[in-house]
Amino acid sequence: MNWFYNLETKIMLLNLEDFKARFILNFIKKNRWQYITRGLRLTVEITIFALILGLILGSLAAVIRSSYDLTHTKKCSGLSQKIYQFILSVLNIICKIYLTVIRGTPSVVQLLIIYFVIFGDVAVDKVFVAVVAFGINSGAYVAEIIRSGIMSVDKGQFEAGRSLGFGYFSTMRYIILPQAVKNILPALGNEFIVLLKETSISGYIALEDLTKGADIIRSRTYDAFMPLIAIALIYLAMVMLLSWAVGILERRLRRDER
Amino acid sequence: MSDSRALIEVKNVDKIFGKTKALNNVSAEIKEGEVVVVVGPSGSGKSTFLRCLNLLEEPDKGQIFFEGTDITDPKNNINKHRQKMGMVFQQFNLFPHMTILKNLIIAPMKLQSVSRADAEKYAMELLGRVGLADRADAYPNQLSGGQKQRIAIVRALCMKPEVMLFDEPTSALDPEMVGEVLEVMKALAKENMTMVVVTHEMGFAREVATRVIFMENGTIIEQNKPDEFFASPKTDRLKEFLNKVL
Repeated sequence: MNWFYNLETKIMLLNLEDFKARFILNFIKKNRWQYITRGLRLTVEITIFALILGLILGSLAAVIRSSYDLTHTKKCSGLSQKIYQFILSVLNIICKIYLTVIRGTPSVVQLLIIYFVIFGDVAVDKVFVAVVAFGINSGAYVAEIIRSGIMSVDKGQFEAGRSLGFGYFSTMRYIILPQAVKNILPALGNEFIVLLKETSISGYIALEDLTKGADIIRSRTYDAFMPLIAIALIYLAMVMLLSWAVGILERRLRRDER
Repeated sequence: MSDSRALIEVKNVDKIFGKTKALNNVSAEIKEGEVVVVVGPSGSGKSTFLRCLNLLEEPDKGQIFFEGTDITDPKNNINKHRQKMGMVFQQFNLFPHMTILKNLIIAPMKLQSVSRADAEKYAMELLGRVGLADRADAYPNQLSGGQKQRIAIVRALCMKPEVMLFDEPTSALDPEMVGEVLEVMKALAKENMTMVVVTHEMGFAREVATRVIFMENGTIIEQNKPDEFFASPKTDRLKEFLNKVL
């Protein structure tokens, strides 16, 4: 009978009067809409800063990993070259550990460890903790995406750059990376979307992001449907907007291939 | 010719790939103004030899001097020397994400701090000379193979190099486009550009080269002026090779 009752309440949603009443209860009364708007702001904030941090960490790890892949077989003669190669292989090992650990553990666990273990004894802004946690997490995925992009550029491009007199890093900057970015843009866009959705676990460290905000409303009004469907639609809208923006960027970068 | 100075000197160079010795104790000299054509069967090490000249392949043993400086010494900045050694590849290797003009001016602007206006002016002048001035705003993928290779030559020339290295520049081209690229190379040779050319075009070697080198199994077997090289080969191996290709 309970099951039947549930179904009945869902059908009742179709009743416009009832819908209006529940909308008012969940969002208008006691300014509950502010849980949504404040949560949305926090979600966007965390996503943007984590994205920037992830891109920086990811590019660094990607350049180190692909530099190592490209040069570690080379014989070196001078002492300075040997030191350089040694540093590079140490950095490469650090990057490998970073990628393995981050990609091999759940992001909720990483977030909790960073909040309760690493920053456990110091008073630190929770938003900062979330940005660091999601940035480090995203960086590991971005690193492998960028590395695959660098490796996808034809070896001849690298040789052409070097033969003109460009050094290793200028060749990367002017010739390889612009082409790599074009190849990886869809994957990178996808990673941003994953990151945006991943921030919904911020509630685990008591941050009132979009998801937590909706959950608070649910706990006050005992209505799960309205707040949860509302934030689902908001997430969906943001993701669609992001996909659309990435699509435009992609088309602009592909201009020269026609 | 004996009075002109040696631009590139290769001394006892070895290059090993895994278990194969691509170059075996190779020594050679490229003098200013020479057009040296390197021929030989595939796998003879001729491309490796060329790529060692600007250190795209680093020799495992031996030294390479460019304008008197040992460029195999890691203390010397190879990037500086490469600016004076233009290179043209079999696969063109134009930068697909830049317009033709950008392809031509990026290196002079970033590496020799030439102003954009000057770099563009010089690039357009050279483009005009290879008959492609109207394609300055096109992207590489909109061009034919022959056009791409002519652009690649111009890109190297924009750095005002002392020597031009050609790595089988016509091997990836459709037969009807080989001519237009060879014409540009001939014109360059006429302007006294020092050139080292790895090619299968025996006609070009006969007509334009000042010296022809025959390589096999990583060593230089024979070298001579083109008329004697083709008319009276000294080694049996070269005779055999010429019989096959001519």
